[in-house]
Amino acid sequence: MSNYNFAYLDEQTKRMIRRAILKGLAIPGYQVPFASREMPMPYGWGTGGVQVSAAVLTPEDTFKVIDQGADDTTNAVSIRTFFERTAGVETTTATCDATVIQTRHRIPEEALQEGQILVYQVPIPEPLRFLEPRESETRKMHSLEEYGLMHVKLYEDISRHGHIATSYAYPVKVEGRYVMDPSPIPKFDNPKLGDMAAIQLFGAGREQRIYALPPYTQVVSLDFEDHPFEASKADHPCGMCGATDSYLDELIVDDAGGRMFVCSDTDYCEARQAAGHKGKDAA
Amino acid sequence: MQAAPLSGGFANTATQSAHAFRSVMEAMARPGTIQDIEGASPPAPLSPAAGAVLLTLCDTETPVYLAGEMDCDAVRSWLSFHTGAPFVGPAQCMFAVGIWDALGPLSIYPIGTSEYPDRSTTLIVDSAGLSASGAKLKGPGIKDYAALFLPELEAFQANNLLFPLGLDFIFTKGSELAALPRSTQISRLDSKAGAQVGAS
Repeated sequence: MSNYNFAYLDEQTKRMIRRAILKGLAIPGYQVPFASREMPMPYGWGTGGVQVSAAVLTPEDTFKVIDQGADDTTNAVSIRTFFERTAGVETTTATCDATVIQTRHRIPEEALQEGQILVYQVPIPEPLRFLEPRESETRKMHSLEEYGLMHVKLYEDISRHGHIATSYAYPVKVEGRYVMDPSPIPKFDNPKLGDMAAIQLFGAGREQRIYALPPYTQVVSLDFEDHPFEASKADHPCGMCGATDSYLDELIVDDAGGRMFVCSDTDYCEARQAAGHKGKDAA
Repeated sequence: MQAAPLSGGFANTATQSAHAFRSVMEAMARPGTIQDIEGASPPAPLSPAAGAVLLTLCDTETPVYLAGEMDCDAVRSWLSFHTGAPFVGPAQCMFAVGIWDALGPLSIYPIGTSEYPDRSTTLIVDSAGLSASGAKLKGPGIKDYAALFLPELEAFQANNLLFPLGLDFIFTKGSELAALPRSTQISRLDSKAGAQVGAS
């Protein structure tokens, strides 16, 4: 640890990121440009989230990293170890014990509390990017609140599939103003974005954007009156813990079509199993 | 009274600025809450809280405007030594520091552009009366309502109407701070029935 500045980044970089975070909190849902740095991991591995985490961590924090809900995947383990080494912070896998949680593509099942900070890794922060590739144009669209194109996209989903088929990175409108990409979380998690007690920070390293949701912010998933937003999940209970209210991963267990569904949030699932809940596939 | 320019900074920059930033971030994310901030001993008339905010957020890339009495040799040399921030007029600044009466009128500060609303000034209002009473706050970061003493109402209500453009405020006194982002709606705190009429 002594070979690095606290939390790896130099102080001037942290100040720059911190200023961007404050503006992001003041303008919920607006993407603040920031001078993203090269990190000792490739783009796509959470460099935006890592930089935001580095800017908010204090030595007293307890840090948790999840990747698709899991604490023990390569990405989660390497980022957790990175901050153990460069910031010397305590790490945990228990959601309730963590003060800063960096996440890739999930919101923990357990409701977050005041005093906690959720840091998202974001690949493409611009919700309009796949509809309009030019940054100069999407910026203008945000400034004019011109979001008709997004509704056309959702409408085309309905005309083609009969329902809104967008199932992750489902666009939301923040406080009635900015349309925001919630990062590729499943739309099952969208209802948790609004009115959350914790501070939510979003970092996109390659795309050099930071945005934020203060606690108790109004976040509405875009929809139509006759096709209301629906938070969907696999229609099964968890095979390990039996939970019916958690987001599930489908696992292929043999080469004869066998499969099982398990909680994507490993901490939630393990805590339930420890409390005696058992699913039908539990050993 | 005046500390020498070389002293009064963070003794351990990395951890003290991390703690100070968390206080500022909590304040900005939860308008109306009052946070402790410490670590800086700036020369008068700068309060320790305002000094810590400046040390945490300012460097050579952030033009600073010193309003009124803040524009003195002691503050200039202290801030120059510890942050290297250039001193500019109100129209070019990213941060402005001063007491409320010296900072106005608010129309002289950049409020951002419609495409880049973040390019706006953050005002550090020093020697503010920090207490959870006075104005009623509503908006992002606030569960139902919050209360915060504000030096006046109209200026902040007009600032909120500019959203998503506008100015952001950090109120400091002694070793405490509170913040008011542009997103907060402000009305008069009043126990009578007309309490919500003034909401913008």
